[in-house]
Amino acid sequence: MPVAPEEAASRVIEGDRRICARLMTLLEEGDGAAKEVMKLLYPHTGKAVTVGVTGGTGSGKSTLVDRLIQAFRERGLKVGAVVVDPSSPFSGGAFLGDRLRMQRHSRDQGVFIRSMASRGYLGGLARATSETIRVMEAMGMEVVLVETIGAGQDEVDVIQVAQTCLVVIAPGSGDEIQALKAGLMEIGHVFVINKSDLDGALQALRAVEAALSLKGMPEGLWRPVVVSTVATEGRGIDELVRAILAHREHLERGEGMERARSQRVEHELGLIFRDELERIVFRGLKGTGMKKRYIQDIMDGRTDPYSVIEEILGIFVKKRPSPWR
Amino acid sequence: MAEKRIKVVISKVGLDGHDRGAKVVASLLKEAGMEVVYLGMYQMPEDIVRAAIDEDADVIGVSFLSGEHLTFTPKLVEEIRSKGLDDVLFIAGGVIPPEDVPVLKEMGVDEVFVAGTLTKPIVDYIRANVRK
Repeated sequence: MPVAPEEAASRVIEGDRRICARLMTLLEEGDGAAKEVMKLLYPHTGKAVTVGVTGGTGSGKSTLVDRLIQAFRERGLKVGAVVVDPSSPFSGGAFLGDRLRMQRHSRDQGVFIRSMASRGYLGGLARATSETIRVMEAMGMEVVLVETIGAGQDEVDVIQVAQTCLVVIAPGSGDEIQALKAGLMEIGHVFVINKSDLDGALQALRAVEAALSLKGMPEGLWRPVVVSTVATEGRGIDELVRAILAHREHLERGEGMERARSQRVEHELGLIFRDELERIVFRGLKGTGMKKRYIQDIMDGRTDPYSVIEEILGIFVKKRPSPWR
Repeated sequence: MAEKRIKVVISKVGLDGHDRGAKVVASLLKEAGMEVVYLGMYQMPEDIVRAAIDEDADVIGVSFLSGEHLTFTPKLVEEIRSKGLDDVLFIAGGVIPPEDVPVLKEMGVDEVFVAGTLTKPIVDYIRANVRK
């Protein structure tokens, strides 16, 4: 960080774009100074409407996000968007092509778009996605849209960080059986049949509705909504925004919001815990040649991965009496 | 865990609708391990610089084909400087007559890669000159 944590934090809260952008980079790198800034920013976060946008490759997520930015801006709200694309497993590089569909907002001070490479992190997001959302909240964004990498069936992490989850489906992407599978179909609060001017749109709509109608629906729970859109022409966007806001109201009426917030915190705790533990252990092992020796010992059959980890944790995590008893 | 990665914004500028070269360079930089934000065509200097700010880009790369490099380069340089992005590398590439290369550098472009440049010199130049 080019400045002290206190100054960085107050500049983020004032909406200084360059400091915000730099902080996001440092969070991606797991930088220690960024953590100090986040401690100060944390109380200023958690108030935005957070909307996840997931669905298959080419289903139109980026174009939908572009239209949603426009629609929320017309309602006078400041909008952030975190858009994630995959990193190459070979080079580690990435071609981040989501922003290009949203460039018309580039003169609008009330919009902040950030592209992120997944950097090998699974689940459809990047490691620093949830922290980047927090930074956007701290800088005053009232709505934060989160676009996942869009590979397919199992990228369901977005449900942990966003209150409302949109699942985008394009016609021709499978029959009712696809819609009955676990994963994506279970996380949607709003299902979007995009490109609904194409052949097969009605079948896709029916398939999703049929699958949803088979779901058990206890009293008082949100019943997923299906909305048809043509994002390229802006059709169906108003209805989609109404569905998002209706879900937000539903959350606020019951205990949903409390649950969504607690889920998000639990997710963050898990991420930070794993990172810190790994950092402590690997810092301790660094330069000792132990890691190599452990690997060799496992390969030679002298020990196994479970015993090694127990041994390592025994060295680096001192046993202290539990403070909770 | 996570390490430093070079982030590059690649764009076309103005009305020039030839994006093949820009896409090729973007892919090559991706294969060299960089994270490339591709903005596509019809971008104006303000749009490109705003993207570089929000993305915290280390490099701005602009591709020219239709002879607009002498018109847009001063505008891009002015926008980059007025927004305080002095530590961001600004490189230009594409169909640029050799005699214009020193002119562009005089205007404030850090490096120019004309059509026919191989990948390695571009990647090596960025790695050697990017802010640390």
